[in-house]
Amino acid sequence: MAAVMPTSAPSRLLLSGNEAVARAVWESGVRVAAAYPGTPATEIIESLARYPDLHAEWSVNEKVSMEVALGASMTGARAFCAMKHVGLNVASDCLMTMTITGAYGGLVIAVADDVGMSSSQNEQDSRYWGRFAHLPILEPADSQEAYEMTKYAFALSEQYETPVLLRLTTRICHVKALVTVGEREAHEPAGFVKNPQRWVMVPAHAKARIPGLFQRDEVLRGVSETSLLNILEPGSDRRVGFVTSGPAYMHVKEAFPDAPVLKLGFSYPWPLEKMRALAAMCDQLLVVEETELLLETEIKAAGIACHGKDVLPRMGELSPQVLSPAVDRLLGKEPPPPAPAATPMKVFPRPPTLCASCPHMGMYYTLSQIKNIIVTGDIGCYTLGAGHPWNALDTTICMGATMGVALGIDKGRGTVDKNKRILAVIGDSTFMHMGMQGLLNITYNKGNITVLLLDNNTTGMTGGQATPASGKDIHGKEAPRVDLVKLVEALGVANEHIHVVDPYELPVLFKTVREEIKFEGPSVIIARRPCVLTDGFKPFRPYLVDEDKCTGCGNCIEVGCPAIHVTRRDKVIKPSGKEVDLAFVNIDNQACTGCGLCVQPCAPDAIQHVARHDIPIHIVKT
Amino acid sequence: MTQNQITNILVCGIGGQGVMTATEILAEAAIAEGHDVKKTEVAGMAQRGGVVTSHLRFGRKVLSPQIEPGTVQVLLGFEGAEALRWSHYLRPDGIALVNNARLVPPVVELGLFDYPEDPTGQMRAAGHRVVSFDAMSIARDLGEIRLGNTVMLGAIADYLPFAPDVLLACIVKRFARKGENVVDANRLAFAAGREAVAKQLGTATA
Repeated sequence: MAAVMPTSAPSRLLLSGNEAVARAVWESGVRVAAAYPGTPATEIIESLARYPDLHAEWSVNEKVSMEVALGASMTGARAFCAMKHVGLNVASDCLMTMTITGAYGGLVIAVADDVGMSSSQNEQDSRYWGRFAHLPILEPADSQEAYEMTKYAFALSEQYETPVLLRLTTRICHVKALVTVGEREAHEPAGFVKNPQRWVMVPAHAKARIPGLFQRDEVLRGVSETSLLNILEPGSDRRVGFVTSGPAYMHVKEAFPDAPVLKLGFSYPWPLEKMRALAAMCDQLLVVEETELLLETEIKAAGIACHGKDVLPRMGELSPQVLSPAVDRLLGKEPPPPAPAATPMKVFPRPPTLCASCPHMGMYYTLSQIKNIIVTGDIGCYTLGAGHPWNALDTTICMGATMGVALGIDKGRGTVDKNKRILAVIGDSTFMHMGMQGLLNITYNKGNITVLLLDNNTTGMTGGQATPASGKDIHGKEAPRVDLVKLVEALGVANEHIHVVDPYELPVLFKTVREEIKFEGPSVIIARRPCVLTDGFKPFRPYLVDEDKCTGCGNCIEVGCPAIHVTRRDKVIKPSGKEVDLAFVNIDNQACTGCGLCVQPCAPDAIQHVARHDIPIHIVKT
Repeated sequence: MTQNQITNILVCGIGGQGVMTATEILAEAAIAEGHDVKKTEVAGMAQRGGVVTSHLRFGRKVLSPQIEPGTVQVLLGFEGAEALRWSHYLRPDGIALVNNARLVPPVVELGLFDYPEDPTGQMRAAGHRVVSFDAMSIARDLGEIRLGNTVMLGAIADYLPFAPDVLLACIVKRFARKGENVVDANRLAFAAGREAVAKQLGTATA
């Protein structure tokens, strides 16, 4: 993190879309850049933090990051914030009023849609925000465009005093390609000017400014109509013409190199006249967009006949392979059947798992052993607790929802659920993001919930970013560390119902959870251990299985550790006549880091430390 | 050559195995040879032991970053079942270079699914050209399990449209600041990877 990125002479670099955006933000003279981590946008701010001469920060959530960027823009500084699609939902309260105040210093919001849902709870098309908030949208199709459009976005923002949305998708953020980069330009803020009519959004002031939004829409429509980012490529095969934007453009060009294409880089407001020109030059029009039928609807509303989601999928990523059969159908051709060798082989699924020694395993193993409970979950690595072998989470909705949902279940339940105990699981980073209000709401409304705060001292799922609870800033330097116990107490939980436990100590964990779910009122159990992928984690001596002692009971497998492997399966008939499956195991001592969770449920004491001389060299002995 | 010849390389394995880094080094080699390059993967949850594939495309001008099934010249598999999972991406004249590692996920240990008995055998039976070798034991023999990645890069070195030395130079550059010993160990691992594939092919064609 400490290393500063190379900043010298213009050169060609292999950059991901995220890195290209970061480079352009830095070159544009931005002073403030803020974000909360979220796939696929995380690396934008992560790589910006390595550049000099700007303030980069992990904000506690996306809404705050946008407010920080807006504040910076008010001083005339260039400012930037980045988020994943669901992050913009969180920030939308700020967005919908920020569009009325407008920007002073160039203000750009990068929003990354996880098209195909590689790491998200839903799929959204963030282009709708442009229309909803009356903000221009730029959509790059690769890293070079991401770089160039980011730079243009700041100029556009300042010229029309508007925040600009830079819409990315996973296939922009996480594709590396060659980018020609430049140098940083200084941009000195003009200074904050007191102007309540502009910055104090009370009804009278907002009413006066809203007509300006509509005027801005019209002006920007003209800009879009003549923008060099909206290119009409006439092509030679005029049977089908394409309207497309973002990475979908690349798929169109790959599959139909000779077709007419209107490539939209400035996609809101859309250039209607260019759309008409394209329609006039080809037999049929196909709108290729990820993911919703936004342009298609507008083109049809303008009275232009077109195809789109009638032949293309409404969710997931597009590709040449998806486009070709759809176009065949438009041309009245039967799509060729897929070659037999191109059919996928049947292979077991390999869902993501918790890591060996992951502290969450202790909690989920414990929950899997307790009956008659309802457990609400949240967003993070710990969402994996909903999977095998624990099946320990009953709900997951959005960042911080766990406690609101838990309280709703508590207050809404009828006789049938009366005797169930309700627990709410949340991670430390999610708690900082949007969880605190949910807990405050539980205490204020006298909820009967046991909150399990899984404190691994980081934002695990996105690769280990710091939070206010980890005592580090974005550069890894020391920062004030919030005391979770005091915080929880301040939010109204009685001190005797706040516990800090070690999730590797199963008996203590089990006993604490058992006791607190009996308590009629709010309680918080903080399970504290560092994430194994962070520097805070120090591996212990690994374990092995004494094969002579292993009885095949399979208890250890229920812990869910990926380092435990079955070597042999068998069946026995118990005296009662019941048939029981046996699974004899070993432990991969290259993967085991010695947390000891599996040792505790092992009935015959078959799991022991490896001899010292067998310890792999990369394991630090403790 | 007037046509835009694109080379498609698919690298597959499991989160944490170094698939993305290996592909990055392959990309650097293609750039050094003057190619346009695109490299993509879906990496959101990959570090949690999930499936990871990295697509590398290079040529005069690369458009779509994604590789289509049936178009891969070289499939570099870091794990047997993963190579099988992605084998339909191979072209009929493509080749799969597969590390014999067998990494069994918890869902298989729990008895919910079966691990294929002979993944590379299944690929051969489907008509694919496959070379398999044990990159991890080669690395272990060289004294450092972490050399496995360089063994894998050595394995692919003779199946690229440029000289193996171009790739080796990129590996050396990457490790240069770690000192002469590390660089030498990686040279050995690279050579061992090349040799492992050549030896297998020798046996197969004998």
